Order: sequence, then C-alpha cells, then structure tokens
Amino acid sequence: MAISGLLLLADSRLPSGGHGHSFGVEALVDRGLVTDADDLAVFLDGRVRTAGRVTAAAAATACVLAAFPSVAPARNSAPQRSSRASSNSDSVPNRGQRRPDWARWDAAVSARTPSAALRVASRAQGAALLRTVTLAWPHPAVDAIQALPRVHHPLVLGVAAAAAGADAEQAAALAVHHLIGGACTAAVRLLGLDPLRVAAVAAAAGRAGETVVGDAAAAASRAVTLDDPTLLPTDGGPLAEVLAELHGRSEVALFAS
Amino acid sequence: MHRDELVGSHTHAPIAAGPGRALRVGIGGPVGSGKTALVAALCRELRERLSLAVVTNDIYTEEDAEFLRRHGVLPDDRIRAVRTGCCPHTAIRDDITANLDAVEQLTALHDPQLVLVESGGDNLTATFSYGLVHLQIFVLDVAGGDKVPRKGGPGVVRSDLLVINKVDLAPLVGADLDVMRRDAQRVREGRPTLFVSLREQPAVPDVVAWLLGQLVVVAP
Repeated sequence: MAISGLLLLADSRLPSGGHGHSFGVEALVDRGLVTDADDLAVFLDGRVRTAGRVTAAAAATACVLAAFPSVAPARNSAPQRSSRASSNSDSVPNRGQRRPDWARWDAAVSARTPSAALRVASRAQGAALLRTVTLAWPHPAVDAIQALPRVHHPLVLGVAAAAAGADAEQAAALAVHHLIGGACTAAVRLLGLDPLRVAAVAAAAGRAGETVVGDAAAAASRAVTLDDPTLLPTDGGPLAEVLAELHGRSEVALFAS
Repeated sequence: MHRDELVGSHTHAPIAAGPGRALRVGIGGPVGSGKTALVAALCRELRERLSLAVVTNDIYTEEDAEFLRRHGVLPDDRIRAVRTGCCPHTAIRDDITANLDAVEQLTALHDPQLVLVESGGDNLTATFSYGLVHLQIFVLDVAGGDKVPRKGGPGVVRSDLLVINKVDLAPLVGADLDVMRRDAQRVREGRPTLFVSLREQPAVPDVVAWLLGQLVVVAP
C-alpha cells in the first residue's frame, strides 16, 4: 500500500507554512467567541462543513487533474471531456484528456473564498507547501502549477497528494485534516487548552468530517468529468470571512490568518 | 567607524554576495537581549555600503518592523514581518517556508546584498536552519545572568557569532564578564564571541567588522 507519501503530507511537521495559521481560531479567541474545547468543537463542526468541504473538493479536483497530461497534445484537438463518469477518481485517466487549465480551477477557489485576507493566506500556504513538494515529490503537475503565480493551497495539496501517490479522496481528507489540526493547535497555543481534550475534539471532528470528505471527492469528480468548476461546492459562512478580514488588519496577531 | 581586522576566528570562507545572491544572516536570542537594536545598528552602519533588507519574526507581527521603520533605519518596503503562530523557533528552524517567502519577495523587489532575518524572542534552544540563513548571530545580554553561556544550547554553542550585549549593566546586575568570556570560549570551541553595549556604542564596530569579513561583494 503506497501510504508513506500520504502520511508525510498529513504530518504537521512537514514544512508547509501551516503553523503560522490558526484557520480562523485566533480571531474568534480574541473576541471571546471560542473559550474552551467545547466551543472549538462547535466551531469545527461548522467550519468543516463549509470551508472544509470547499477546500476538500478543490484538493480532490487537483489530485484528479494532476494525472492529466501536463503538456499540450501534439494535435490541437478541440476540448475533450473525460469519458469517465464514475467517482472512482484514482484510476488512471483516459488518453486524450486535455491539459488542465489550472488558472480556471484556481479562480474557482478564489470565487469560493470571499475574504481577500483568506485568499492571501491560502496562496501563501500554497506557495509554502509547493516549496517542499517540489523537492520531495517531483511530478509534471507540480512543475505545471509552479509555473503559475501562487496557486491556492488546496490545489497544491491535491497535486502534492497525486505526486505522492495518494488518491483524490485522500487528498480531500488531507484538506479537512489540516483544517482540523491547524485550528486545534492554534486553540491549544492561544488558550492553553488541555491538549488531550483537544485531541479528542480533533478525532470527533475528523470522524464527522468523513462524510464531508466523501461528498467533496464526489463533487470534484463530477466537476472534473464535466470540466466545469462551477460544480464545486460553494458552502461558506459570513462570520469566518468577516473575522478573517478584521484579523488581517489587526495590529496584534500571532497567526497570519 | 569600522575596523578592518576580523574579530575572533570563523569557520566559513567569506560568502560571495552579488546580484541574485544575498548573504542571509539570522539574528536570534532571548527576549529583550537586543536583537532588534542590533539589527537597527547594523542597518544604520551598513546601509550606505550595501543594499539591505530585513525580515522580522516578532510574535507581535508588526512591532519589530515598526521599530525599524520608526527609527528610519530602512525604507518600509525593505522590511517584511512574518507571523509565526506562537512558535518563533518553528519559523526559523523546522518550517522556514514563510521566511523563505519573505526573503524571496525582498530579493525580487530590491536584489539586496545582505538580508538580516531577525527571529522572535525565544529561549536558548532556538537556532536557525541553514536552509534559511548562511550565518547566524546569537544575542545574549549580561542581565540574563552570567551563567547563560555555560548553559549552552545550539544558539550559544554553534552560532557563527555570539554577541553578549549590555556589558554596561554588568556591575549593576552582578554579572562577571570574565566568567561569561571563559564559558563562551569553552563551549564555542573557537567560534567568536563579542562583548558589546548597544547603548554606549551603538555603532557596534566589532560586529560590523565581523559581518563585513564574512562577505565578499561581487560585481554585477
């Protein structure tokens, strides 16, 4: 079982810039909206089903697209749709699939991230992860996104997952895993919560998030099959976006987002 | 203002800094030891001779950067602040990606010859990754206690230069500089240590001389 790459990508010790981000927790803590492990669990419940779903779907999408040819086909054929209709996204795609238009999928992630501060944070983490991935898992799709200006984090994560031998559903799971892990770590650091209790919160959030992961991977498969980024999930909530903007402007902030 | 001889011994050949290749120097040390004051001093002394840029990692995001701007040591766009999420040592050692990003952004903008990367205040276990910097300076102060060099830690032991600041306070805090000198010499196995008072001699000529000795500026 090719699992070593997946485990490494899930490991917060892998240099990826994640430690500098609180995934929205610091802004909530600053305002007294998260004060203990129970609050954290409630926050994660909502965030996994919104931002978690969106980023998981983006990561799964990128993982599928990474298997497409990275160079243009010799013959300048018309855009071709994948003949695959199943959600079994880890199979080798058919020949003739066209080179992914990464900028279009990247724009779809931007469109689902209303806060400019969160878009900046996402791109910064994407750039950070890409540094590590470039050395650790060389892959044509890694080169392809490297050629673009600062791609969103979940897309880099999905490409990294593909390059490291993981499949689309695992890529989606990584996105949710890092959301949960980043938020929990930040809460422990900021509030001095009991890390054992927080680990239990993380485990419960992860279990609850498995449905989200499955849905996100299925949505990604549909979007890729029909070559339509608008089919990606659009879940979100205004509070996280507004707080992210306020956090970005605050003078005293320990985390970048 | 600056002396031409090298102070202490050093293990590196001078690093060629030129277009597209800046010498990157990390400046670490405990809270309040004088890291930011040293960065400001180095900027004041070197900005006429070298193209400079600074990355700060203070836990309070803009505070150090603000200090440098307020004192007018460098233009705003030559300073970047990195937020380290309560873990200043992680940002300079285990996961240097945010700092590398900041260095690259400054390099793209200014093509500096020297980039100073100031860590957030930390404890004696902090050290810079050599994936981020070419050389590191660790800053202690005598008020932290004269036993600190003996305690060691990677910054004290292996930094390329150990700077012990606030020697003017030694009599007031009962710190024995001879003890500090002897312990530093012993644990550092010949790597240089400099005693300074940034308050009494803000030009820190010895540190400037050491830094210039590490650097060969190559022509474009």
